[in-house]
Amino acid sequence: MKQLKVDAIKNGTVIDHIPGGKAVQVLKILNGKAAGDPVSIGMNLPSAKFGKKDIVKIENHELSVDDVNRIALIAPTATITIIRDYETSEKWKVEIPEVIENIAHCPNPNCITNTERIPTRFDVLSDGGPGFMCRYCEKVYEAEGLKIKVG
Amino acid sequence: MPERKFSNKHIISMRDLSREDMIYLLDIAEGIHDGSIKPDMAGKIAALLFFEPSTRTCFSFESAMKRLGGETLLMKGTGSTSVQKGESFADTLKTIERYSDIIVIRTAVEGAARFASEIIGLPVVNAGDGANQHPTQALLDLYSIRKTQGTLENLKIGLVGDLRFGRTVHSLSQALAGFNPEFYFISPSHLVMPEHIKSGLRSLGVNFTELQSVEEVVSELDIMYVTRIQKERFADPEEYEKLKGSYVINLETIRNAKENMKILHPLPRVDEIAEEVDASPHAYYFEQAENGVYTRQAILSILTGGISK
Repeated sequence: MKQLKVDAIKNGTVIDHIPGGKAVQVLKILNGKAAGDPVSIGMNLPSAKFGKKDIVKIENHELSVDDVNRIALIAPTATITIIRDYETSEKWKVEIPEVIENIAHCPNPNCITNTERIPTRFDVLSDGGPGFMCRYCEKVYEAEGLKIKVG
Repeated sequence: MPERKFSNKHIISMRDLSREDMIYLLDIAEGIHDGSIKPDMAGKIAALLFFEPSTRTCFSFESAMKRLGGETLLMKGTGSTSVQKGESFADTLKTIERYSDIIVIRTAVEGAARFASEIIGLPVVNAGDGANQHPTQALLDLYSIRKTQGTLENLKIGLVGDLRFGRTVHSLSQALAGFNPEFYFISPSHLVMPEHIKSGLRSLGVNFTELQSVEEVVSELDIMYVTRIQKERFADPEEYEKLKGSYVINLETIRNAKENMKILHPLPRVDEIAEEVDASPHAYYFEQAENGVYTRQAILSILTGGISK
């Protein structure tokens, strides 16, 4: 496979196989989590599997499970690699959790989560295609329809 | 007394209720109806918080509680409350929690009853939250269906009218899904059952047919559940005038109905069922409204422990 033009990092996290064009959104979700750390982005890189993919490398920052859950919502194909001293320490595929807690706003303006200050919660539906049901108003949305909370 | 099988502290959504929960609740309602079960609600207080207008649901909860010897605290609208002074919904609930044994909430805000159940210690009953759920209506509909047909299993059920916005038909179709129904969704093309309800039914293996005319299937039906088509749902008033007649049920419409077929309606009726139908043996909507009292008596007494002792 052709070498990608994104530098290797000594310590930190590599988020690979992000759907093409979504890297900026991924960073937006992680806003503040890697404040001050060097970040490299590759966008619309050729991918045999997806056609185009994005890649994000964050130095000196290891993503938490909560961070990964946030990413899963918009980049369910992403892989996470934790790098320690230039070596792969851990690598796993992003998995959409059963419940997405306080990561996205409910798009329904009449939902209680938009009138009271309460955390949102979406149950991930397993029947049929990917759907996210708001625990409160019970409306079902696709991932693209959800607005990710920043920070 | 039916064996106790009810696993919920609250009644928020039909999604939370198992088949066993529903059957237990209907059995209790039936016992209250025929007088074999007499819950003791003396000394118990239900706070009825109706932030949104309601006549039938509110009165039937009041009637249910009072006929069992309990008391009610009634709040209608927000005009005379501290909500209007800027008090948060959460603070209102946490205060009223101190005055009552169970809280019944009707609000236009979707998910408000679920939120209430998470922040207070008392049982909460959702009496309608916007366009989302109205589980006590669905339960009284189930009760009425079982009462008239002797079973909930394997019935042919036509849902007629505004299937897109009508929350009662959404809750009812979900509630019946576990009883092997054959659904007929009868509505104008732009008021069809929403896709998320249909995909939920498909995943449960429930059969349904979508059509635009009642006459096509009236002779098949065990239950015809009629809802109102509201004029404001039409962008073009002419379209409304043209279509509304197709969804008016009169004696001619039900001429070929089976003997056991019953017509249900959540009420209020405007003109979607002609008054001439009221005297027909197929009409059951006023009895259905009465059944709301027995069903809500069952709900109030199960959740407050007025029945298990």
